[in-house]
Amino acid sequence: MNYVYLVPLFPLIGFLANGIIALAQKAGYEQRSPVRGWVSWIGCGSVGLSFLTSIVLFFELLALPAGERAVQKIAFPWILSGKFQIDIGFLLDPLSSIMILVVCGVGFFIHVYSTGYMAEDKGYARYFSYLNLFTFFMLMLVLSNNFLLLYLGWEGVGLCSYLLIGFWHEKKSASDAGKKAFIVNRIGDFGFALAVMLIFWTFGSLNFTQVFENAPHVLALGGGLVTAMTLLLFMGATGKSAQIPLYVWLPDAMEGPTPVSALIHAATMVTAGVYMVARCHALFLLAPITMGVVAVIGAATAIYAASIGLVQNDIKRVLAYSTISQLGYMFLACGVGAFAAGIFHLMTHAFFKALLFLSAGSVMHALAGELNMQKMGGLKKYLPTTFLCFLAGTLAISGIPLFSGFFSKDEILWKAFSSPHGHILLWVVGVVTAGLTAFYMFRLFFMTFMGKSRMDAKVEAHVHESPKPMTIPLIVLAILSVIGGYVGIPHVLGGSNRIDGFLSSVFAHGEPAAHEVAHHSASTEYLLMAISVVVVLIAILVAYRFYVKNLRIPKRLAEKYRSAYRVLLNKYYVDELYAKVIVNPLLNLALLLWKRFDVLVIDGAANGIASLVKGAGSIIRRTQTGYLRNYALSLIFGATLILVYYIFR
Amino acid sequence: MVSSSAYMILSATIFAIGVLGVLVRRNVLVMFMSIELMLNAVNLALVALSRQLGSLDGQVLVFLVITVAAAEAAVGLAIIICLFRNKKSVNVDDFNLMKW
Repeated sequence: MNYVYLVPLFPLIGFLANGIIALAQKAGYEQRSPVRGWVSWIGCGSVGLSFLTSIVLFFELLALPAGERAVQKIAFPWILSGKFQIDIGFLLDPLSSIMILVVCGVGFFIHVYSTGYMAEDKGYARYFSYLNLFTFFMLMLVLSNNFLLLYLGWEGVGLCSYLLIGFWHEKKSASDAGKKAFIVNRIGDFGFALAVMLIFWTFGSLNFTQVFENAPHVLALGGGLVTAMTLLLFMGATGKSAQIPLYVWLPDAMEGPTPVSALIHAATMVTAGVYMVARCHALFLLAPITMGVVAVIGAATAIYAASIGLVQNDIKRVLAYSTISQLGYMFLACGVGAFAAGIFHLMTHAFFKALLFLSAGSVMHALAGELNMQKMGGLKKYLPTTFLCFLAGTLAISGIPLFSGFFSKDEILWKAFSSPHGHILLWVVGVVTAGLTAFYMFRLFFMTFMGKSRMDAKVEAHVHESPKPMTIPLIVLAILSVIGGYVGIPHVLGGSNRIDGFLSSVFAHGEPAAHEVAHHSASTEYLLMAISVVVVLIAILVAYRFYVKNLRIPKRLAEKYRSAYRVLLNKYYVDELYAKVIVNPLLNLALLLWKRFDVLVIDGAANGIASLVKGAGSIIRRTQTGYLRNYALSLIFGATLILVYYIFR
Repeated sequence: MVSSSAYMILSATIFAIGVLGVLVRRNVLVMFMSIELMLNAVNLALVALSRQLGSLDGQVLVFLVITVAAAEAAVGLAIIICLFRNKKSVNVDDFNLMKW
């Protein structure tokens, strides 16, 4: 247990080593192949060592009795400033141990995948150094025992997201996307920072244990202070985890390399918001208004993003909107009080979404960078491994029984219906979204792998399956997507829901009391489960008819409902709306401040003072006539004055 | 005996004549002579007051003043000679390069 600090330390060392190599290469040292090998070993090895350490820590935690599974280890004091004392401390409890397993495990496989995917890239060392830095910050975020260290990790992953989205910075769209991601994130972070300050002002400490244990005593249930605190925290979460209204950066973030999309924008960084809400559940449970806001925004985002994903033609954009939608599910779960279900879905989503992104990358690698699904098709025979893995991921995300996504999504839908904070409307939105999800995911699957080939002839000639470093992580993640849900088989289906039990020590005082949920019987749960499965199966059948049997049907539908189709294709014109209402006024204000205020007023003042001095000088210098007798006269004159003064004093 | 106020009046008069000479005359050498005049006027005042107050301090100071006047005259005349070699004139109004 004393080795907790090693988990973030390994990637930090990896970052420093790879960073030095990257700088050396920039300074002109040649990129010979042994250096590439070192970078790969350092990059993947550091995360691999962290993963092994996380596994050891997990088993050590299990060995402790259930009530004592919260261990704090302080590395060293960081800030000592009067009453404001912050340590570099780590909190190891079931929640953080699941998070580090997911981050390190999925992260390790994505690092291995990257060695294949980025093999031809000039910035190989720079890429791995950024990836390691990201892993370090993410681990600091989930392991921290106080708000300030969490904020450090929070900001750090935002920075790394910017660096990695704009990795190919010579491409303008990529650097623009990086800036957009960072700026939108910062808007959310502003709310988060205010929340942290409010928490310190209320509790006098930022340590999690001190805040959460004192929360029920210090804060009034449903009071304004706690509602403000939690709403501000949630504002940070909407920025980081791409919910309405701050989700706009995530689709653009697909400009980055595909493994980056898999790691940061599917499995880890975007889940930081969910983790934070789960960690602060003690505060959220004291603010029912915020819980409602969280649930409604989660559900709304889920269905909204799913609707956009229905018509997109870029393979990565569909997956991006899918991520936003699934994150909506996680927030829906947290909003109705089912924090364990939200974390369970976080875990399964990490598996299948990373799998889907990496498979998409494999497809792009085979097709020399082609992203447009309208130019794919019939890839089943060329890419058999990718086909099977992608199928596993699609089945998982659609919530087909026996796959991981079914158990986690179903848990969320059940809790949305039955929890005292839940509502039947939230359940309805969830089921509809599940149907839409299944539809667009299978649309993606069918358009890419089945049917007749729509590829360019030149591209088709070079189609090939990806190399081993890329396919092995796909296979591992596919297996996890299948079996990953078995830790959470609910009681009604005969399982013991072990993940819920594991996390119960964290959320113990959060779950609603048993008597409040007792009136929902098992048969209701079976009925709801059956409804959602039927909806999903219908959606898959419709997608099959549209995209395998008769491709003219979707085209005719698109023409018949042309305006609706166009609205969806253009993402409800939200980017344009933001540009018109927020971005352009700010830019104009900046331009005005520059042209009018900075140039005229400030420069005018500075230059004005200079010309004033110059003018005064040009008058006074006329006393320097060069005539000796003038100087002599002034000398005598002054002496006389002094004399007169002394005589008449 | 003549009263010491007569000596003071004489000294003041000679000093005033020296000042006017410095201000009014154009020839550099005559300006210098006027400066010597001023110094000697001061010497006269010092000696007279020394006699009146019965203290020898004034006469000692006169020695110093005479020495300084001599040294200053030597240096000043050397400068005038250099100026003359450059400008070929002893009119003080011709040395007006140090102007704005």
